[in-house]
Amino acid sequence: MIGIPAIRKEGRAKVLGRARYTDDKTFRCLLYGATVRSTVPRGILKAIRFGEGIPWKEFTIVTAQDIPGENRVAAIVKDQPFLVEVGGMINHAEEPVLLLAHPDRYLLEKARRAVILEVEELPAILDIQSSLDRAQIIGGNENIFKELRIEKGDPASVWARAAHIIEGAYRTGAQEHLYIEPNGMLAIVAHGDHEDQVTVCGSLQCPYYIQKALMNLFGLPADKVRIVQMETGGAFGGKEDYPSLIAGHAALLAWKSGKPVKLIYDREEDMAATTKRHPSRTRMKTAFDEAGHLLALDIDFILDAGAYATLSSVVLSRGAIHAAGVYRCSNTHIHARAVATNTPPSGAFRGFGAPQSLFALERHLDVCAAQLGLDPAELRRKNFLKIGDTMATGQVIQEKLDLAGLMDRTLQEIGYTEKRRSFAVINATDEPIKRGVGISVFMHGCGFTGSGETYLASVAGIEGLADGRVAVLAASTEIGQGKDTVFSQIASEALNIPMELVEVAQADTKVVPDSGPTVASRSTMVVGRLVEDAAYAFKQALIQQGFLEEPYTPELFREAVRRSHARFGTVKCYTQYHKPPHIEWDDQTYRGDAYPTFSWGCYAAEVAVDTVTFEVKVEDFVAIQEVGRVINPVLAAGQIEGGVAQGIGWALWESVEWKGGRMVNNQMTNYIIPTSVDLPRIRVAFLENPHPAGPGGAKGLGELPMDGPAPAVLNALQNALGNLRLDEVPMTPERLLECMEVACG
Amino acid sequence: MAEKIRLQLTVNGEPRSVEVFPMARLVDVLREELKLTGTKEGCGEGECGACTVRLDGRIVNSCLIPAIQAQGSELLTVEGLAEQEHLHPLQQAFHHHNGAQCGFCTPGMLIAAEDLLRRCPNPDEGQIREGLSGNLCRCTGYVKIVDAVKAAAEGGRA
Repeated sequence: MIGIPAIRKEGRAKVLGRARYTDDKTFRCLLYGATVRSTVPRGILKAIRFGEGIPWKEFTIVTAQDIPGENRVAAIVKDQPFLVEVGGMINHAEEPVLLLAHPDRYLLEKARRAVILEVEELPAILDIQSSLDRAQIIGGNENIFKELRIEKGDPASVWARAAHIIEGAYRTGAQEHLYIEPNGMLAIVAHGDHEDQVTVCGSLQCPYYIQKALMNLFGLPADKVRIVQMETGGAFGGKEDYPSLIAGHAALLAWKSGKPVKLIYDREEDMAATTKRHPSRTRMKTAFDEAGHLLALDIDFILDAGAYATLSSVVLSRGAIHAAGVYRCSNTHIHARAVATNTPPSGAFRGFGAPQSLFALERHLDVCAAQLGLDPAELRRKNFLKIGDTMATGQVIQEKLDLAGLMDRTLQEIGYTEKRRSFAVINATDEPIKRGVGISVFMHGCGFTGSGETYLASVAGIEGLADGRVAVLAASTEIGQGKDTVFSQIASEALNIPMELVEVAQADTKVVPDSGPTVASRSTMVVGRLVEDAAYAFKQALIQQGFLEEPYTPELFREAVRRSHARFGTVKCYTQYHKPPHIEWDDQTYRGDAYPTFSWGCYAAEVAVDTVTFEVKVEDFVAIQEVGRVINPVLAAGQIEGGVAQGIGWALWESVEWKGGRMVNNQMTNYIIPTSVDLPRIRVAFLENPHPAGPGGAKGLGELPMDGPAPAVLNALQNALGNLRLDEVPMTPERLLECMEVACG
Repeated sequence: MAEKIRLQLTVNGEPRSVEVFPMARLVDVLREELKLTGTKEGCGEGECGACTVRLDGRIVNSCLIPAIQAQGSELLTVEGLAEQEHLHPLQQAFHHHNGAQCGFCTPGMLIAAEDLLRRCPNPDEGQIREGLSGNLCRCTGYVKIVDAVKAAAEGGRA
């Protein structure tokens, strides 16, 4: 079953329009919820007033005062309130202040607009530089939520003797996830004699994150807070941490009203208020010897975290660890900071900091290649990591690693050498369309960073069902990536039964154990491995119970499960993650094995630039990666194609426009993601190199495709246009015009 | 506010009649009054195409259509594609080729693809991309969707 293109398990329901998403579910006596938000980026909330012409008595109204437990979102740091209290600080312009519920959602919208907030506005910090300058101290430690250093060797000892020192500064903008299904939650609270029972169904990635947040919000134990994932219409990290707020808000309204409450964000609210990819600024200083060998790397990496700490410390870790890329370098310093600004908190987004730092490095290497007079591919080839080499954190590469082979395959697929030669000839003419081809080489760490997996200690299980089938029990969520299908394949391979005999339980905290969040390219490799081990344990249990003997047919297996169920009732086998003994990590010094393993990629883009309109068209795109063994080639390719599309969007079009700390283009009309005509056929291939960490040799792949496209596209632009300062994404036509004007001087 | 009207229309071949406000959005009429929740709302401003339905032979964004405009019309939604449990060739192809990932754009995408194949039974890749360009997908990069439409047009599953 591993390695075959099994058909998506929930695909039939999706093509029939029968898959049940949050907003498809309804109840009698349902109330709709709405959120009243601050409109200033920083200030003190003085009072809340209710305007005229609204029958306020009909409304359920929740303020911070109503909160039964702690008014803080339980995350890495408890700094973000569910609702700002009167007298409290407003730290960004979309901060929730008050909640409303009513059966008529048209009247609800009128009411939302009729709430008046009296605010004493304070000066705000709206960008990275102002935060570093500390004109105002607004959060964290002197505006810094997290600061870390990764140190290997001593770059300062190299500068004086290096043949070439090349510096650069690179920026990346915020990016909106733009899952097609907006965020939404549905809450029901049953009032009990002693304790209430809170149930929330919704569009989400991490049911146990939300459970923890609501336990703290209501002061309830785990068994009184049930979180159920509905079919989820895309997430990409955007439904990782913010849903804790939405679920909390919906549950507060349901708790106060005693009625079911549906809180669905419309697109404008979703885009303005929920998290986005962290904007970044990276400064690079690199030293090379005469031949182009990398001698030293000094990197200053800064992320704009927004108003609260949320996940920024771990986004920063991943970004910093990936900042030195796939190259050997004896002297590397990485200084990384996540800074506070009065903008809505940045959050998880596919890649989790790595796309930002890898953009800087991979873009910088093409700048270096031009200055060194080397082809960008050849400069990379001289410096690739190989087995036995040491990465910036001191992690030793212990797997067979052939980056040159990976790159050569990509170069060959795109026709790199011939195209660079022929484009150079065409680009030298008056022809207004200039063409270029560019590459990027990169990696993505699989699973949580550092000791994250050890702390999570995830659990997954297999349950025997009365009808003889088995169910996979895991809190991993199906968000379009194909988790249900892949887990079925893993379990059916381990149990040697057809996939039809494997169910995958809905991610419901009442039913499944805490397998950790569905993030960090960890579901297949880490949780999938637990599922595989649980399946082996389940089979052993059947054998020890005397119901099964090897070899067996699917029918004999089914009969064994039936008999076991009849005899013992439900049999569930669970396995828990334990740190492999050879992996060591120090959270204080950032030394050690940052990840159990990495996936590796080399991408190539071919672009055509219209030098009259500054429009850029990606004409061809090749994405080749090594992700261990591929469990399902069709689903895996789908993940890569979608990730590349998001990466191309980030590179060229997806610009979040800010004004006064608010996103002002918070509509699909003016925040532009790629349509089917904007993209070429993305050509995907996998090089397989099974790794022992994952089930059947699989590694992670969900985030990898976000890392490579932006630098490959901008490197292709440099190839087309010559040495411009193309140091920022998105490189919209307007920005490209500016770059070309600067170059023309 | 205006009085409710009786809206009579044919949905997926069946005559339906509901009382709605004349300016109610067609997407709400479908999802809330007729309980046809297959049609999705992704943006409410006619950009994403998740709410695409066929109205009297032309595809429209049902979030932009007032109910009164659908008076007496014939509508096709995703629920009307399959013959009971027998998938429409496009549904079959989307299922087989992994054209639906998160699945939220899928109902609208299927209706747009059905419209495309009606107008252009043997489209090339460029025509397919053009035909689906009013429907946004954030998961697939469109490759598998294009392949699915091509396969459905060719009448095979492969």
